[in-house]
Amino acid sequence: MSSKEGSGGFRKRKHDNFAHGQRKDEKDNVNSSSSLMVSFKSFQLELDTRHDKYERLVKLSRDITIESKRTIFLLHRITSDPNGEEILNESEAKLEAVRQKIKQVAQELIGEDMYQFHRAISPGLQEYVEAVSFQYFIKTRSLISVKEINKQLIFTMEDKEEETNTPSSNPYDKQLCTWSLKVTPVDYLLGVADLTGELMRMCINSVGNGDIDTPFELSQFLRQIYDGFSYIGNTGPYEVSKKLYTLKQSLAKVENACYTLKVRGSEIPKHMLADVFSTKAEMIDREEGLS
Amino acid sequence: MSVSEMFITLQGVLTADQDIREEIRKVVQTLEQTAREILTLLQGVHQGAGFQDIPKKCLKAREHFGAVKTQLASLKTKFPADQYYRFHEHWRFVLQRLVFLAAFVVYLETETLVTREAVTEILGIEADRERGFHLDIEDYLSGILTLASELSRLAVNSVTAGDYSRPLRISTFINELDSGFRLLNLKNDSLRKRYDGLKYDVKKIEEVVYDLSIRGLSKEAASDVGGEK
Repeated sequence: MSSKEGSGGFRKRKHDNFAHGQRKDEKDNVNSSSSLMVSFKSFQLELDTRHDKYERLVKLSRDITIESKRTIFLLHRITSDPNGEEILNESEAKLEAVRQKIKQVAQELIGEDMYQFHRAISPGLQEYVEAVSFQYFIKTRSLISVKEINKQLIFTMEDKEEETNTPSSNPYDKQLCTWSLKVTPVDYLLGVADLTGELMRMCINSVGNGDIDTPFELSQFLRQIYDGFSYIGNTGPYEVSKKLYTLKQSLAKVENACYTLKVRGSEIPKHMLADVFSTKAEMIDREEGLS
Repeated sequence: MSVSEMFITLQGVLTADQDIREEIRKVVQTLEQTAREILTLLQGVHQGAGFQDIPKKCLKAREHFGAVKTQLASLKTKFPADQYYRFHEHWRFVLQRLVFLAAFVVYLETETLVTREAVTEILGIEADRERGFHLDIEDYLSGILTLASELSRLAVNSVTAGDYSRPLRISTFINELDSGFRLLNLKNDSLRKRYDGLKYDVKKIEEVVYDLSIRGLSKEAASDVGGEK
């Protein structure tokens, strides 16, 4: 007899027995105003409130991710566009919009333990770090620091009502009437690790545009970041070590590009450089044709 | 600030983090040890002879909870108070287990469900987040679900030991618990998975009650209970 039949049989047998009747009484007896039920009603409220907040944060985080991605795509156009200044201004406006979203996140987290909802917002923050650091690199050719990022994420209180009834977990926030969202070191690291992928793309793009200097700058910068990550190595959390592998690949690509430029750059006309990096096989043929 | 300097700073932060985690792990290990001792004590109730001196066992267990209090107090000092959820994973499991043990003791003593506030009192921690090291609601509920499966086991064993009235009382209790949990809207997380196991505990106890009633043993028990009242 299969277990399904068994339970079915069990149920059938139970139809006309005392236990079943008694059970029914018990079900009715579960007094909706008993202390247990009252406390479970309050649990229901508490859990629902928490889940709702979590979902709102996930939604915000996804918006932040999408907007940051778009900013990155926009910044990639700089390599081929003479109007670099214009694009930078546009990206600044976009990032400001992202920061407005982050402000909403910070508002949701007033008086909460940020780490309780960290999993909801972490992907968005990483993407934001990536976008901001990419823009910063394009402007200054250096790496933005965590401090710098967090400086931009301090928001001033707009409606004064809120400060009276929300006990902020950070006492100094309360004094300044501002609240801020802190990017954690791990979020920052993961964002920077993603940044290297974008830099690699930027390198290949600039080669395609006949820009000979940028790849060398980029390879130097990437090497510094890679050394930094190697220095951290296994002391960081698991996700960081996972990114290290991809980072290595990006670095190798950029270094190879620089190598090719160095060795053959003098031999190949600039307008053909793009093809050099697009297909290896073709490159060999072409070279034979050239020589 | 150069790239390498930045990474050196970050490395310092990460190392400090790891030290905190190491400290927490040490305390959690001692907590787990104490929890195992309490569990061993309470497991005695499942043996035929164990039913006689339940109050004594509960008293002993409560003494052990004194050790738990001091261990939890030392855990509090290992990390910044406002970063509870950052390290939550480290003690989550053991805290759920302690909730179960406290709930089990309280059930054996009074046959009622321990409240969240009572648990925090037994463990010497806070009830709400604002005040420091507290008991998360999901951990409390997980502990209670463990209690349900333990009680379904107790129902079976109490029949073996010849106590026919206890399963009926457990059945009432678990049914009420079940209705309580059905009020909650759970997400697809570990708590939900554990709640899904509750119906099997309910079913198990119903089978025990059924077996008793079909043999007329529950009437006996019921009249006993009636007599006691």
